[in-house]
Amino acid sequence: MSLTTTRAGAEAPATGATARRSRGSAARRPFTGLLFVTPTAVIVAGLFLVPLAILVSMSFMDWPLLGTPQFDGLDNYRHLAHDNQFIGAITFTLLYTAITTVVLFAVAFVLVAVSNSPRRGARFYRTAFFLPYVVGTAAASTMWWVDSSDRLGIFNQALQAVHLTDKPVGFLDTPGKALFSVITLVTWKFVGFQMVVLLVGVQSIPGELYEAARVDGASTMQRLRYITLPGIKPTLALLTVLSVTGSLLAFDQFYVLTHGGPDNSTMTVVLALYNKAFQSYRLGDAAAEAVVLLVALILLNFVQLRLLRTKED
Amino acid sequence: MAINRWRLPVIGVVVALTVAACGGGGSKTSSSSNPDDGTQLTMWVRSATDQFSQRLVDAYNSSHKNHVALTIIPNDNYLTKVGAAAGSKSLPDILASDVVYSPNYTKQGLFQDISADVKALPFYPSIAQSHLKVASYDGKIYAVPHKLDSSVLFYNKDLFKQAGLDPEKAPANFTEMLADARKITALGHGITGFDLAGSCGGCGVYTLFPYAWAAGEQVLSDDGKKVMINTPAFKSIFTMYKQMSDEKLVDSSDKAQDGSTWPANFEAGKVGILPLGSPIVGDLLKQTKFKWGVAPLMAPDGSGTSTFIGGDVAGISATSKHRAQAWDFLKWTLEDNAQVEIIAKNGDLPGRTDLSGNKYTAADPRTKLIADGLKNGHTPFALPFGDLFNNPNGPWVATIRAALYGPGVDQALADGQSKIQAGLDAAN
Repeated sequence: MSLTTTRAGAEAPATGATARRSRGSAARRPFTGLLFVTPTAVIVAGLFLVPLAILVSMSFMDWPLLGTPQFDGLDNYRHLAHDNQFIGAITFTLLYTAITTVVLFAVAFVLVAVSNSPRRGARFYRTAFFLPYVVGTAAASTMWWVDSSDRLGIFNQALQAVHLTDKPVGFLDTPGKALFSVITLVTWKFVGFQMVVLLVGVQSIPGELYEAARVDGASTMQRLRYITLPGIKPTLALLTVLSVTGSLLAFDQFYVLTHGGPDNSTMTVVLALYNKAFQSYRLGDAAAEAVVLLVALILLNFVQLRLLRTKED
Repeated sequence: MAINRWRLPVIGVVVALTVAACGGGGSKTSSSSNPDDGTQLTMWVRSATDQFSQRLVDAYNSSHKNHVALTIIPNDNYLTKVGAAAGSKSLPDILASDVVYSPNYTKQGLFQDISADVKALPFYPSIAQSHLKVASYDGKIYAVPHKLDSSVLFYNKDLFKQAGLDPEKAPANFTEMLADARKITALGHGITGFDLAGSCGGCGVYTLFPYAWAAGEQVLSDDGKKVMINTPAFKSIFTMYKQMSDEKLVDSSDKAQDGSTWPANFEAGKVGILPLGSPIVGDLLKQTKFKWGVAPLMAPDGSGTSTFIGGDVAGISATSKHRAQAWDFLKWTLEDNAQVEIIAKNGDLPGRTDLSGNKYTAADPRTKLIADGLKNGHTPFALPFGDLFNNPNGPWVATIRAALYGPGVDQALADGQSKIQAGLDAAN
């Protein structure tokens, strides 16, 4: 589908460009440029801008599954203000984002320290840490779900075998334990990527800087503070943005592993809007939630990039 | 010119004849003649009926020219999947649905009206009324029974004997159930007296509602607009279940049990008493590890019995272009051969009352008890049933969990009553 649209879209401006070409070479360049941009523009328009426009218009309508939608103004947005599940989901998502971002960075730093050493086996560790990243989130969540089960799971069997516990832990029984289980899953899955990106950042700092600092008598902490951290600042900025955005949009791990439970304690914003759209069939309300989430994300990323940029200067 | 003058009328006649022939042929295939014409049909069912539906589809495909392609969708995702497909008009030809979801589907216009076809069946009066009732809307029939099941109490006779209980005497009221569960749990070795699903709304509906019905309570009004769970029967039910949980007469995994592995421990011979339903009879009949018995679900004081008549209905989706062929399949599933030789033979319940005495069901006193119990059974009706009761994030699951693991049964029931009622009010 998208392929054919792209091609059709690309041909139309092409004829326009040939027509202009005869008029003179001055006008030629901008149109050649446009020609190159067109395929991407068509894809972005077809797969992003048009659906976005539909979403925004949906959020102002009472949109049934079958039948004709009706305009209902700001009603959907008014519903949101009184929706305890949505408000709870915002709080939980922010909490989850904060914890995940901190934990991911902390673990990734340790892993970078381990795998950046010139010792033998470092390469093996690097690969091992990165491997979970290639597993899909939904697949990893299913795996975690089976592994943490009291009846079937290997986590409980392992803990009991080494006599750390004598009863199954019930990894998903309480809100605290469920959140803990999800965070271990997310750390296991994503920390490898985080580590590799940090590693690239660290290794791009020229070794001469460290040598010079050592000659000048700088301590390990000073080298970390004044060389390593400033050197990887752009990398840190990138990872923070990715981690925060990814966590705010968390869905698969909660949908598969906890179903938002126990007692709706692990309900993220995306899960809440998914349920609203496809469990309760309230598509208009769900669209309004999506618009709110989109605006929040744009603002947040704008602020984040601003902060990180000024610090850099 | 001369040639053209006579050629035109001839062409006209030929065209007219062709059109007439086509028209005649067309109307013929769509109404009476053989609808088994090699059409490819699609059908969706939820995973709870996977093997059951597969057996029917396989038998139909091997004896017919039409071919039904079956897609099995995980229980939890069924509502969402159907919702998305309905929105994009890509529903299958034949759509099965949990009976409790079907009112929502008929109201949303997902099925075609098949009243005339159903009423023309020679065995129409004996098709399970509970299913036809929920599959009807405004006096029109939109679906027929696909699978019929019924909730009962299973118990492990071997464990009863080991615990010094009479293996032929199933618990008949809540006091006996609790006492039996305590004795069986005392056996140790990971054996538990009872089993419950603490995070599964559907399981709660299926096995808890009948206790209340048996006590003469209604739970949901006939029009599905009122819920009544803040009642004496539900207080006894949840008090007993809370005791089971507090005294650890159930497996530790029961708190997070979402229904997916609920029967596993009983089927492994490690549970004394399990309230569940006829769908696991097929598996139990096949295993030889232990002897098991069946008893009806009873009122807390044992004064009556009841059952939840659950299962699935199947209808022709509103967007199907193969109505006649799809009906051919549905009709075939209701006929004697499929009902007896495929459904009853495997230990499942036939969807017709005139066949409940068939040779397979009647041969085993346990399946006979389940089939006979249907006369006391109910199927609740509510438009947003799935959203309120089955939804893992819905108010009914919250009620169950608050009652079992929260501070108190009274508060949980009062909260649940008002939240579920609010949901019903919003949908009606």
